[in-house]
Amino acid sequence: MEVFISIIIGVLTMCAVYLVLSRSLLRIIIGTALFSHAAHLLVLTTAGLKTGDAPVLVHGVTDYTDPLPQALVLTAIVISFGVTAFFLVLAYRTYQELNTDNMEEMKGTETYD
Amino acid sequence: MSVLHLAILLPLLAAPFIPLFFWGLKRIHTGWFVLIVPVLLFTYFAGYMPTTSAGEVVTKTVSWMPSLGVEFTAYVDGLSLLFALLITGIGALVVLYSIYYLDKDKESLGHFYVYLLMFMGAMLGVVLSDNMIVMYMFWELTSISSFLLIGYWYEKERSRYGAQKSMLLTVFGGLAMLGGIILLESMVGSYSIREMVANQAVIAESPLFLVAMVLILLGAFTKSAQFPFHIWLPDAMEAPTPVSAYLHSATMVKAGLYLVARMSPVFQESPVWLWTIASVGMFTMFWGSFNAVKQTDLKGILAFSTVSQLGLIMSLLGLGAAALHYEGLDENIYMVATIAAIFHLINHATFKGSLFMMVGIIDHETGTRDVRKLGGLMTVMPISFTVAVIGSLSMAGLPPFNGFLSKEMFLKATTKVASMDFFALDSIGLILPIVAFIGSVFTFIYSLLIFTRTFMGKAKFELLPKTPHEAPVGMLISPVILAILVVGFGLFPNVLSHSLIQPAVEAIYPSLVAGGEEVEVHISFWHGLTPELMMTIGVVLLGTLLFWQIGRWMGIYNRIPHRLTLNGMYDGSLVWSNKAAYRFKDNYMTGFIRSYLIYIFVFLSGMMLFTMAWLDLFNFSFENLAEIAPYEYVLGAVVVLAALAILFMRSRLPSIILLGVVGYGVALFFVFFGAPDLALTQLVIETVSVALFLLVFYHMPDISKKEVRMRFKIGNAMIAILVGATVTMLSFMALSNKSLTSISEYYKENVYELAAGKNMVNVVLVDFRGFDTLFEIVVLSLASLGIYTMIKFRTTRRTKGEGAHEAQKQTRQ
Repeated sequence: MEVFISIIIGVLTMCAVYLVLSRSLLRIIIGTALFSHAAHLLVLTTAGLKTGDAPVLVHGVTDYTDPLPQALVLTAIVISFGVTAFFLVLAYRTYQELNTDNMEEMKGTETYD
Repeated sequence: MSVLHLAILLPLLAAPFIPLFFWGLKRIHTGWFVLIVPVLLFTYFAGYMPTTSAGEVVTKTVSWMPSLGVEFTAYVDGLSLLFALLITGIGALVVLYSIYYLDKDKESLGHFYVYLLMFMGAMLGVVLSDNMIVMYMFWELTSISSFLLIGYWYEKERSRYGAQKSMLLTVFGGLAMLGGIILLESMVGSYSIREMVANQAVIAESPLFLVAMVLILLGAFTKSAQFPFHIWLPDAMEAPTPVSAYLHSATMVKAGLYLVARMSPVFQESPVWLWTIASVGMFTMFWGSFNAVKQTDLKGILAFSTVSQLGLIMSLLGLGAAALHYEGLDENIYMVATIAAIFHLINHATFKGSLFMMVGIIDHETGTRDVRKLGGLMTVMPISFTVAVIGSLSMAGLPPFNGFLSKEMFLKATTKVASMDFFALDSIGLILPIVAFIGSVFTFIYSLLIFTRTFMGKAKFELLPKTPHEAPVGMLISPVILAILVVGFGLFPNVLSHSLIQPAVEAIYPSLVAGGEEVEVHISFWHGLTPELMMTIGVVLLGTLLFWQIGRWMGIYNRIPHRLTLNGMYDGSLVWSNKAAYRFKDNYMTGFIRSYLIYIFVFLSGMMLFTMAWLDLFNFSFENLAEIAPYEYVLGAVVVLAALAILFMRSRLPSIILLGVVGYGVALFFVFFGAPDLALTQLVIETVSVALFLLVFYHMPDISKKEVRMRFKIGNAMIAILVGATVTMLSFMALSNKSLTSISEYYKENVYELAAGKNMVNVVLVDFRGFDTLFEIVVLSLASLGIYTMIKFRTTRRTKGEGAHEAQKQTRQ
């Protein structure tokens, strides 16, 4: 299972990198969202998957999955949501101000020569 | 803090008060207040003469940074005292001269004297410090104050150019010297020069001996304007003339000579020392004198002549090392080189100082320093003429002036060294006296040029900006005093022998002195028909001949194109390095975020894969892994296909929906992994995110019109695959190397007993690791505040973008 998920993580990362390298601002944000999915899965996977029941104390159950990576990922999900939301509004405002979402048209014009 | 320390720091302590005098007492020239400082110091240091001539030294220490081995140790021996007297003595004369040279109403004297006092204090610190770090500190302070003084008339472009050039070159050398100092410290374990001299054998055996020596010499050569670093000195002539007289003839340029003399006991056992210094000095002597002849600016002639004379002294300091290798005669004849060096050092300070002041007078009274415009001033400026003749003839090395004596000793040293039979000198040692001879011929020629072109010949007063007349008495005092010294030292050379020269020479040969050898300094005016006297006669004859025929051979100077001269190379290298840096910057700072992301991705993956290969971490082993249910394969396939499909979407709307598919797929995975809280959060957040994406998409309606499919780029794809593969490898590596058990056993055991909760994830979030949650809440608040401000607050009205936006809307309608 871990090997399978690792490959999925690789594919997600690959798609994320490809999107982040594109020109469109919206695609770049989609890329970052994919990145965060990959990272969350990676944290869970490297800690080991399905080692027991869900980490809620139930009488008679001895094996639980590791609660710590889950707590970490939960924190990460919320933070990445906050950042994504901020980015999205930033992209929206950028589009309003500059009338483009093409990164290559957003190059600064000042020169230092 | 002893009186000695206060004396060293006195100029620096006095400097802040100078502007007060300048602004407060407008009627009196500020220089009069400044004059007190060098006069006081000169009398104070003169009081040390009996001590040092008795062979004693004075050491006073003030603790500065004891944990780093940096102590401000003042150390007075013959060599330091000689320099201290030069600095304060010439300093006093220069300040007196500057009072009449600089106008108190037109010049910002407050600045000038602050810089000058800074320089004086720094210079005293250099020659009186025993600790090399303290010495380096003062050394750089001389560079900085010299920079400020050269650029004193900062409105002039040439001044700024000269200041920058001297700063670049001397600081380059200074930093090299710092490297040498640190190397020496690592060998000896102390920054003290006396410790280094005492442990000279340890340094000589170190494998880094040569490196340290070259680095120290770089510092000395750049400061003392030795070839090829002499190029800053002629451009430093843009400074006011008192500055040129003080810094660039008598004191600062001798800091390098001081350093070489001071470090001689440490390095001079090595033949490389003798060879490097003697040959560089000798070539500098020739090159400076050769170039001085072609100058048309009086200060230019003096600048190159300074270079030449410094080379002469430098080569003598190098040749002096031969004294250590010669035993067998009762009288150590090679010591004459060092005696000559010290003697010429004093002589040069006197005659060059007087010449610079004389040139300043001419500039002041006629308005030009160009020898092509000058001439026939002898009758109008008789005193200046006398000073110029005395100075020039002393520089040329003619009797009865002091330059004659030191030039004789110089020629004697070179001829003697040529007959040495060690260090391979027997075969090529003959070059030294020949170069010395040629250099002396050119020295003779330019010395004659200085006063013949200026004071003799036809008067062309109508070409001059001002009507020439003799300078005021105050301006003449300093050059006349120096000229009297020139004649005085020439006629009675031994007045200085025991009081100054002998202790200074003893400081250079501590091992010989300790071995019981007497340093016998006796400078005789007439010493019979010696080979060096013949050489002097030859110099005079050949020099006169060439001077007479000067029009015929001046053409050779125009043969070298500017690009190939040292100045041309210096300018070229500045331009080139500037251009190269810009080109380099323009090549990788493209301004596209894509380029920077590529650098980051490639670097990270490359480092990761390289490290894994380096540590041989590719042998994965997968044990005790979880089983995969068939529906999980299906879910995995859906996530992968959705992610890949995003790449091929033409429009953005399907991309957003596909992103939602991936998010919900991940949430389902969380369910399978036994993470209900994660699944819940992920579902909610994915929903909100997709809604937000759609909102933004909805508010960017114009985009959909322009939408095109992402063009496939092979480079991007390869980088993407590389990063993806790296992350998978990273995951494999983590799975294959599990060495420690999880800390979570503690949480599992104590979640109910200690925290009274059954949901472990929630207890970890709010109890065991509650701080994370607190700041995660802060992140969310900040994000929402940020979004609010972005939408609500606009400090600048929309200008160009908005206008274009509106215009587009209108055209569409």
